[in-house]
Amino acid sequence: MELTTVWFALIAVLWAGYFLLEGFDFGVGVLLPVLGRDNRERRLLINTIGPVWDGNEVWLIVAGGATFAAFPEWYATLFSGFFLPLLLILVALIIRGVAFEYRGKRDDDRWRRRWDWCIVAGSAVPAVLWGVAFGNIVRGVPLDASHEYVGGFFNLLNPYALLGGLTTLTLFTLHGAVFLALKTDGEMRSRAGRLAAALSWPALVVAAAFLLWTSVAYFDPSGLIIFAAAALSLIGAAVAARFRREGWAFIGTGLTLVLAVAGLFVTLFPNVMPALDPANSLTVDNASSTPYTLTVMTWVAVAFTPIVLAYQGWTYWVFRKRLTVERIPS
Amino acid sequence: MDALDLARWQFGITTVYHFLFVPITIGMSVLVAVLQTAWVRTGKEHYLRATKFWGKLFLINFAMGVVTGIVQEFQFGMNWSDYSRFVGDVFGAPLAIEGLLAFFLESTFLGLWIFGWDRLPKRLHLMTIWLAAIGTLLSAYFILAANSWMQHPVGYELNPDTGRAELTSIWAVMTNSTTLVTFPHTITACFVTGGAVLVAISAWHLKRRNQVDVFRPSLKLGAWVVLIAGIGVLITGDQQARIMTEQQPMKMAAAEALYSDAQPASFSIFTIGSLDGSEELYSVRIPSLLSFLATGDFDGAVEGIDNLQSSYESTYGPGDYKPSIPVTYWSFRFMIGFGGLAMLVALAALWFTRGGRTPRNRWLWLAAISSIGMPLAANSFGWIFTEMGRQPWTVFGLFKTADSVSPSVSAGEAATSLIVLTLLYGVLAVVEVGLFVKYARAGAPPIAPESDEEDRPLAFAY
Ligand code: HDD
Ligand code: HEM
Ligand code: HEM
Repeated sequence: MELTTVWFALIAVLWAGYFLLEGFDFGVGVLLPVLGRDNRERRLLINTIGPVWDGNEVWLIVAGGATFAAFPEWYATLFSGFFLPLLLILVALIIRGVAFEYRGKRDDDRWRRRWDWCIVAGSAVPAVLWGVAFGNIVRGVPLDASHEYVGGFFNLLNPYALLGGLTTLTLFTLHGAVFLALKTDGEMRSRAGRLAAALSWPALVVAAAFLLWTSVAYFDPSGLIIFAAAALSLIGAAVAARFRREGWAFIGTGLTLVLAVAGLFVTLFPNVMPALDPANSLTVDNASSTPYTLTVMTWVAVAFTPIVLAYQGWTYWVFRKRLTVERIPS
Repeated sequence: MDALDLARWQFGITTVYHFLFVPITIGMSVLVAVLQTAWVRTGKEHYLRATKFWGKLFLINFAMGVVTGIVQEFQFGMNWSDYSRFVGDVFGAPLAIEGLLAFFLESTFLGLWIFGWDRLPKRLHLMTIWLAAIGTLLSAYFILAANSWMQHPVGYELNPDTGRAELTSIWAVMTNSTTLVTFPHTITACFVTGGAVLVAISAWHLKRRNQVDVFRPSLKLGAWVVLIAGIGVLITGDQQARIMTEQQPMKMAAAEALYSDAQPASFSIFTIGSLDGSEELYSVRIPSLLSFLATGDFDGAVEGIDNLQSSYESTYGPGDYKPSIPVTYWSFRFMIGFGGLAMLVALAALWFTRGGRTPRNRWLWLAAISSIGMPLAANSFGWIFTEMGRQPWTVFGLFKTADSVSPSVSAGEAATSLIVLTLLYGVLAVVEVGLFVKYARAGAPPIAPESDEEDRPLAFAY
């Protein structure tokens, strides 16, 4: 396989990891006011992701850095082209990150309520916008001959991309509910389990609509197979959630997200950012760095990714115990 | 203002802001790890209380470092897309490596440290803070390697077909002579900053004779760190000045507002005159010092701005190659001045508290308390000098700032992001300072008796 293909795949892996991990963080954030009825319960919810959310967010930072290094043209076009949505995402991630750390630092209900709101908005906005962004990438955007984005902001808010945003929002929320059912015990566990079961139906409907649209409009045979697998695992997750098989449900929603990202990237390949005029499309070849840079980066990735995976996995192992509201100081 | 100016203001504001938190994180992570090590080794309770106290403050600061860092990572693509296209091949690599090697390490092990207090065995828990601290140092190395490449590009080739810089040796980039002096200078400056935090807050408590058992050792630790790291800053700064004169002679000339060549060249402590230093009314000068800084020889020749301008013109073509002289002149002096002041305060703190003394003079304590801001100012001025002194280039000798900006981003968009981020950063500054002061004043928490119960409440959690 060519190195450009390898790096295209690795960036897909980073996004898949990001959706899989920060997906449930976002879901927990969105569900904060729904499942957490008082301050202690909301603290319980936040503490399920407390030790890991920052590590999960680094998947995004590395995805960005890897794109910069391996496909500078892609990084440049994407980030400058999607300027305002990315600014919104930045603002959301900023207030959300600070909120986790600061909400408990003052014993004051108004203070906490404000930060809670930051967590909800800071989770929901990126959950929608990443879907919008990927929808637009798959759909193709107006690029000129020097690969500059020339479409403006409102061009990004087309129905297909908005449906993509709704899909990521519902999938992340479901993923978060399933995660909470898996990570808590007692009353919260059954509440989250019920919510997960209920949420799986809208998630199925929205995801099916997005899948159908993608398959019809941007048909790609291998992409379709992967999307079908994603659909199957979502159905599996729904069934498991219905019967409160929390572990299986989590595997189901996790697989759905990973496969959905895989499907999107396979559909894109060999483009990285298709242009409406195909002559201007950015591809793995015309957007990539030199073979030397890619070789260096490959060695670094080969040497260090296993180590990162090992210690991140270990963190989840250390904090594997279910949390209960009794363990939250009142 | 056009999109270029707006993007420059945004980059300057967000980066200086990020670098207020960064040195505190780097300095304090190591100091907290040292305190915790002292506790694990000796079992003395006041070390544990100190660890938890400084640890809380460290975390309040760390949160801001993280969220402002993400903006930095995205900004290159958002506002500087042509720059990103030009350098991605070389510059992207250290950035990506930083994420993979350093950010994962920092964030994962800090999560383990925060939530692992009563869950991990003592020594394993101690290891997590050390790993997080190592992560901060690694991250500094890679990002400074990226920045040093902009000051002094090495290990690359210009591709005539694409007009882009292409990496030819990652080793050359990682061992760039500029990186090798910038890293120690910046890191020692970070330790000065971390030490000053300890000095200032301990002084606040000692002035009130509050929790002396915790804050006297913290004050001493902080003051020694400021002094020793400060000497390191001076030594490395001197080396850096020499390398800089070789690589970017215009920056050194601008730092002194030296218009004509001089041998030997004197260093002015300050000047009163026209803003760009072309005419002076009065100045206080140290003879030959600039020669020594620039060349290592008290009789060395230092080139002046006018000559350099014409020699740059013959190398790079017509254009104005002078950075803003007032900014470079004064930021260089403020960096040295504020940093030196912090060292003086630390020295005084050690002197007046020697042998168990606790002085009553409130001016002494006020000086110690205010020393928290001095290294922060010195750091910011250091970076402003480094970056503004490089102008008009983003990559010295290769690529101009004016060519770096994103062509597809309108002035309206650039203004929106500048305003949004500046306002948000302003609000967050108020919140963060408020919390920092609140927890600094609260003093070290009492230590709850250890319990072996499986389901004890989470102590350090959110
Ligand atoms: C000398 C050190 C230094 C310098 C010059 C910079 N940073 Fe920084 N950065 C750090 C040292 C650091 C750190 C100590 O590692 C931080 C500070 C607090 C923290 O969480 O880690 C950090 C955080 C941090 C994060 C968040 C990491 C996380 O989520 O854990 C990102 C994405 C960046 N930085 C990126 C940048 C970029 C793109 C810079 C260049 C413009 C930059 N930083 C300058
Ligand atoms: C090590 C990582 C860094 C990189 C890669 C970097 C890169 C850049 C770039 C691309 C610009 C924009 C072009 C320009 O306007 O000159 C810039 C400007 C600037 N940077 Fe840095 N920088 C880094 C670190 C810092 C830090 C840590 C600071 C200070 C805290 C800083 C201060 C500035 C300032 C003040 C400007 C504005 C100069 C102007 O007005 O144009 N930089 N830098
Ligand atoms: C005699 C004292 C000092 C000298 C001669 C000195 C020299 C220098 C020089 C020449 C640079 C610019 C490097 C370049 O652009 O290539 C620089 C940058 C810098 N200085 Fe200093 N410095 C001194 C003291 C300090 C102090 C006390 C601090 C902070 C506590 C400090 C913090 C910084 C920082 C953060 C930078 C920017 C990063 C870098 O380029 O290394 N410096 N210094």
